[in-house]
Amino acid sequence: MTDWETVIGLEVHVQLNTKSKIFSPTATTYGAPANTQASAVDLALPGVLPVINREAVVKAICFGMAVGGTIESYSIFARKNYFYPDLPKGYQISQFELPIVSGGSIRFEVGDTHHETRLVRAHLEEDAGKSVHDAFGRLSGIDLNRAGTPLLEVVTEPDMRSPAEAVAYLRTLHTLVRYLDICDGNLEEGSFRCDANVSIRPHGQTTLGTRTELKNINSFRFVEQALDYEIDRQIAVVESGGAIAQETRLYDADQGHTRPMRSKEEAHDYRYFPDPDLPPLLIGDDLLKEASAALPELPDNRQARFVNEYGLTVAQSRQLTRDRDLADFFESAVIAAAGDPFGVANWMGGEMAAALNRDQCTLKDAPITPVMLGNLVVLMNNGTISGRIAKTVFDAMWQGDGSAQEIVDLRGLTQISDSDALEKTVEEVLNQCPSQVAQYQAGQTKVLGFLVGQVMKMTEGKANPQKVNDILKRHLAD
Amino acid sequence: MPHRQSLSTLGQMLRRREIGSEELVHHFADRIDKQQDLNAFITVDTDYALQQARTADQLLAGRNPPPLAGLPIAHKDIFCTQGMLTTCGSKMLANFLSPYDATVVRRLQSAGAVTLGKTNMDEFAMGSSSETSHFGPVHNPWNRDRVPGGSSGGSAAAVAARLVSAATGTDTGGSIRQPASFCGLTGLKPTYGRVSRYGMVAYASSLDQGGPITQTAEDAALMLQTMAGFDARDSTSLDAPVPDYAASLKQKIEGLRIGLVSEFFDPSLDPDINAHVREALSELEKLGAKLIDVSLPNSAAGIPCYYVIAPAEASSNLSRFDGVRYGHRSESYADLQALYENTRAEGFGAEVKRRILVGTYALSAGYYEAYYLKAQQVRRRIADDFSQALTVCDVLVGPTTPTTAFLLGEKTTDPVSMYLDDIFTITVNLAGLPALSLPVGFDPSGLPIGMQVIGNYLDEGTLLAIGHRFQEVTDWHLRVPGEVA
Repeated sequence: MTDWETVIGLEVHVQLNTKSKIFSPTATTYGAPANTQASAVDLALPGVLPVINREAVVKAICFGMAVGGTIESYSIFARKNYFYPDLPKGYQISQFELPIVSGGSIRFEVGDTHHETRLVRAHLEEDAGKSVHDAFGRLSGIDLNRAGTPLLEVVTEPDMRSPAEAVAYLRTLHTLVRYLDICDGNLEEGSFRCDANVSIRPHGQTTLGTRTELKNINSFRFVEQALDYEIDRQIAVVESGGAIAQETRLYDADQGHTRPMRSKEEAHDYRYFPDPDLPPLLIGDDLLKEASAALPELPDNRQARFVNEYGLTVAQSRQLTRDRDLADFFESAVIAAAGDPFGVANWMGGEMAAALNRDQCTLKDAPITPVMLGNLVVLMNNGTISGRIAKTVFDAMWQGDGSAQEIVDLRGLTQISDSDALEKTVEEVLNQCPSQVAQYQAGQTKVLGFLVGQVMKMTEGKANPQKVNDILKRHLAD
Repeated sequence: MPHRQSLSTLGQMLRRREIGSEELVHHFADRIDKQQDLNAFITVDTDYALQQARTADQLLAGRNPPPLAGLPIAHKDIFCTQGMLTTCGSKMLANFLSPYDATVVRRLQSAGAVTLGKTNMDEFAMGSSSETSHFGPVHNPWNRDRVPGGSSGGSAAAVAARLVSAATGTDTGGSIRQPASFCGLTGLKPTYGRVSRYGMVAYASSLDQGGPITQTAEDAALMLQTMAGFDARDSTSLDAPVPDYAASLKQKIEGLRIGLVSEFFDPSLDPDINAHVREALSELEKLGAKLIDVSLPNSAAGIPCYYVIAPAEASSNLSRFDGVRYGHRSESYADLQALYENTRAEGFGAEVKRRILVGTYALSAGYYEAYYLKAQQVRRRIADDFSQALTVCDVLVGPTTPTTAFLLGEKTTDPVSMYLDDIFTITVNLAGLPALSLPVGFDPSGLPIGMQVIGNYLDEGTLLAIGHRFQEVTDWHLRVPGEVA
């Protein structure tokens, strides 16, 4: 049996979250009624001309800077010619020979192993519209709302050796583009789409095997499934004496397999040539400065800083920096929490994560703001409320009952730290529980917890647990 | 006889209220009606023109009317007009109503010009005779058996017959200058990027340029003043200030260095054309200009170079005419492929198909380097020739065309001989330079002869000055075909 090595390269279409389309001032909002976001330019009416959207260029530059690629000072838009009803001009404007970003790399982990995938390029292009079948009997409908939406196509070298690496790369890229705020990352809406080139070769062989291209994969899970299927298929073909045909295959998520596209769908000579309507894209200092200014701290740097600055563990800081909103939330909350990163991290990893998950809510839409969470931590840290009460307050804040302070005041949840008041309650509890007192004095000190619990119960949780502990111990020692 | 007046003179008459715009529209509409045999127009909308004229008359009654207030003009049917068909001379767009105005149309309208109609043209501007139009050939007002030139032949015929005072045209390989020459008019192809291409149906994007076809250089200056200028909707439009062209007309031409392009005065050049162009040059010498011999050594490569680049761009530009969203759609098709094939087979004429095929071939895998890339290299050389020549002289001159207007049908079966008619004009488009064609005489059969003056980038002012000074001392531009008088 040959020991096969898998070789994978990925092409990801990252939909840039610009306000308007790449070559027209039309809005790009997702889900608008069909053809309501299609202007004369998007419809390719006679006489219209494209004008490059500066915002799309800046976002592409940001990406190039983030991956350590070369921002090309001179790049060219080309026409990719083919006929399709949802391609209004009969050509797609893309970058062919000279892309805006060359090189760069993405680093990621699979388990405990570090990996780095080199990028060939990232180039700007426009999306096509959508053909709507099945809705009009034997006719097809065309929706051009998406036509002209800016895409950044990110192409890797064939550096990945397993489906798991491919998925880890994709997740890292996905995190990065959202971090950079250049893509909303919405997989269902097609904001992040992946094509995979895959081949196999015997371990040790340096030349590449014949590859197939898998198209139409729109979730991380499907990428893994499609690659697993395709690798098994290729091994089976080769081991039974066959040869791999270089072809484009579609992944069918329902059937869980890949099938070749009809050769007709593939047999294109795209007749690329520089688009004479668009002068070369020149990137000077002004655009570079604009992109630098828009460039946030990158996930890797931020993670390292969270360890150094806040003393978090690597695991904690990785968790908190995997998403820019999460990291931003954390840092704002720490300020509001008078500089207690651990308190905030605990809440975010615990109650907050659970509540978000339970209500299928994003951090941005969450009813609790960083300031609210930070203030809650402060009330806990300064002894105003106990941890148990804090959970009650958290739930009330989540329900929209107000800030932590408001809830504490309104419901009289302030912790009882007054020794005189606590002395009384403790005495009461001791009187009610003579057997537990006897047990304790007989050396079964574990019952202390029960007694503390009784005091907390009588004070509706408002007693300062540490004080209760101290007072109980003193009384029991008497 | 208001139609005998130039655009500039009519403008003054309107301002002095010696005549009204409404009256002018009636007058010209009547002339258009009586000369329908020229087939110069595809669409005439008198009611719409009258409506615009009445607005213009109100503006003229007020203070500071806009520069072209009340002046009747026509647009080549390649410029998109809201509310008037834009056919591009093709069956493909025979019923196409644009929902927007081309920038040129909008600018002229804002300046008060009154649009009388849309002029006939070679289909999608592909042709040099205005015979490839879906709406039938245009006739030359000087001799109805002859072509008016093309592709802006409808505009040239309309102005020559004084059916309108001035018209817009477009020039990709000579389509303003050659018809201006064939019809005894002044035609200006501005620097590439000087006039916005937005709303101008694209033939060959890197070569297309809109400009005026007029009776005089003064009129051309008046039209260009409004047409020129940066347009944010056209990425290839030049963001350079627009000079005062009326002032440019008064520019001195004493000491101006005029380069005689030896390749344009080939021994095979028609002797009448040669004689009249040289006579015009002596006039310019009398006005103080200096003549210098120069060479554009790569000129001969112009036609083959153009006939790779222009069809390549056209093959892509015309892909949008697929029957899906607008324009002609075949009635018979069983599937998508047939929809495309039948729609395009029915909608495009023979010359358009020929160029789409040539262009598709030139861009195909395996041929791209040998044709398209090579042609781009040749184009660079041609442009360098001009730059070189323009270091030793201020403008270059030669005949606009190798012949005067040929007979209708004379070259329709021989496309290459038709292509060769653009031999003097085509290299100018490849270089992106401005050029002006001026009437400089007539051949023995009474057909107009044109002289081309080529200037440096954005130096339309010098071209207009030469034209204007020449027209101050000559009367070729005042001659009109028999019917006009």
